Amino acid sequence: MPVIEIENLVKSYRVYQKREGLAASIKGLFRREYREVNAVRGIDLTVDQGEFVAFLGPNGAGKTTTLKLLSGVINPTAGLCRVMGHVPWRRENAYRRRFALVMGQKNQLWWDLPAQESFRLHQHIYRIDPKAFQRTLDELTDLLDIGRLLSQPVRELSLGERMKMELTAALLHSPEVLFLDEPTIGLDVVAQHNIQQFLNYYQEKRHITILLTSHYMKDVAALCKRVVIITQGQIKYDGSLSGILDRFSGSKIVTLQLPENEKVDHPERLGEVLKIEPPKIKLRVPRQQVPSLLSRFLDHHIVEDIMVEDPPLEEVIASLFAETSGSSPSDPASSYPRSEST
Amino acid sequence: MSAIRARLMSGWTFFRISLEERLVYRGDFMLGTLMRFLPIVTQIFLWWAIFESISSSSKATIAGYTREDMIAYYLLAMVSRAFSSMPGLTSGIALQIQTGEIKKFLIQPIDMLGCLLLQRTAHKLVYYVIAAIPFALVFYLCRDFFTQGWPPIDVLAAFVLSLVMAFLMGFFIEACIGLVGFWFLEITSLAFVYMLLNFFLSGHMFPLDLLTTESVDLRVFVEAIPLKYLAYFPAAIFLEKIPRDQLAVELAIEAVWLLFFILLSRILWARGVRRYSGFGG
Repeated sequence: MPVIEIENLVKSYRVYQKREGLAASIKGLFRREYREVNAVRGIDLTVDQGEFVAFLGPNGAGKTTTLKLLSGVINPTAGLCRVMGHVPWRRENAYRRRFALVMGQKNQLWWDLPAQESFRLHQHIYRIDPKAFQRTLDELTDLLDIGRLLSQPVRELSLGERMKMELTAALLHSPEVLFLDEPTIGLDVVAQHNIQQFLNYYQEKRHITILLTSHYMKDVAALCKRVVIITQGQIKYDGSLSGILDRFSGSKIVTLQLPENEKVDHPERLGEVLKIEPPKIKLRVPRQQVPSLLSRFLDHHIVEDIMVEDPPLEEVIASLFAETSGSSPSDPASSYPRSEST
Repeated sequence: MSAIRARLMSGWTFFRISLEERLVYRGDFMLGTLMRFLPIVTQIFLWWAIFESISSSSKATIAGYTREDMIAYYLLAMVSRAFSSMPGLTSGIALQIQTGEIKKFLIQPIDMLGCLLLQRTAHKLVYYVIAAIPFALVFYLCRDFFTQGWPPIDVLAAFVLSLVMAFLMGFFIEACIGLVGFWFLEITSLAFVYMLLNFFLSGHMFPLDLLTTESVDLRVFVEAIPLKYLAYFPAAIFLEKIPRDQLAVELAIEAVWLLFFILLSRILWARGVRRYSGFGG
């Protein structure tokens, strides 16, 4: 059963344009130039109950805007959307009690007070039964290992601890739909892993629907079976993570390990040479040419080991982003761009 | 019934947490509270000097105010201001819009203006508790300036009511200005203009009776705008500058103004949220 239904959703902004210099600033006092930014351009999407979907896309692609539309923070320019039967931007309390939004860069807890005060407030504003509240709180503090931090002012917590508190606050009312906007941004590897493990466990146990945006491929790989790629406000791909390779990567990485004395003349004739570290040669070869290349090569050379791999997912996605946004990835091998949200 | 109870509970919890929050920064809070009394000393000396310069007689009056009346007025205006001033409210709302913190109020089943009002009430209550002793001390020391003594009970009741409305009026006017932040992200200048007008036209600096009625009738103007309810009006009630038979009408007019700003803030919120672009990530 679809929990989220989006039809031709459009959101555009008018952005003030200012040219460089003082003269332009003075001119701007009298006449302003505006540019229309189409953050989301006609998105169609259906998400079923219990799915864990990742939104991938470069900065400014429209991921966060889509989450803001789904959570009713902003109104769309056009299009339809229903989440659990509610139109998000009507902001009905009945809807607001059934979902939660966690933003990695935003704090929803009371900064100067211990998190337990914010939790207590959530109990009342979400009208959570006291017994259910205590049960959920115990479960979450146990899973996230934050019991000892509940009485410490939020401002004195580390970023990782704060994110755990944010997640706890967001899950106290047992939302059926959870929107996560870069929940692991800025966290160290251990904290990232903890959050991933928790989300994985919680989602499987509660079978809730989660939409996640993240710049960390590890988050996506660990959590989501379904991936939606958004670039320039449009959906470019909707499917499994591994399906991205099948669809967008036309090549394989072939590593040949040769014996000490074996020489290969003109390795560039075999394919694009990525690295030569004798006795190893690493090549990028068009997918369909791999079998013929290998059989030809084996006819003429002695080989100690052969490895055929897909190119790194980050690389494929980075070049896909670059392709759709009309620029080239600065360094595809450095994998996925990490930076601020849109 | 249970819905009302739940609403009351969340309101109470919000209020309680606001109280706790207010008590976190003790030093800053104490200092801020006590420093508010400093300007009054300069004001008393200033008016003293003004009256000295026009006449050495203690019966000299300016617009019907004797030296004693003037100081009593100033003390009472300070009480009005303790209710109606809302430090940080306008800029706080605008900042929440700018940084995106306002999202909290859009995604959670809570009402932002209601929450801010509860928070402000809590902060004010803490302030009154802390400031009660210095206030009492100042009034005790200055008791001789209140030449007419305590006003009759009905005037006193009107005074209290006008103080409560001054608090609400101050809150909703400043909330409206803050909500303009949905349209103009930067509202510092607007807030400054309001502060300036408030300073001169609310009766904060001097009793509005002093305003000229010659050439330009400023008095009519300030009577027509609601700023007077923030400082002048409660003090004027206490000093019985407003005829007793007009008190009810005047309070009713104030209530209408208050209703206007409550409605305006609601409209600004509803429109602003629709316009909101979710700045700040």
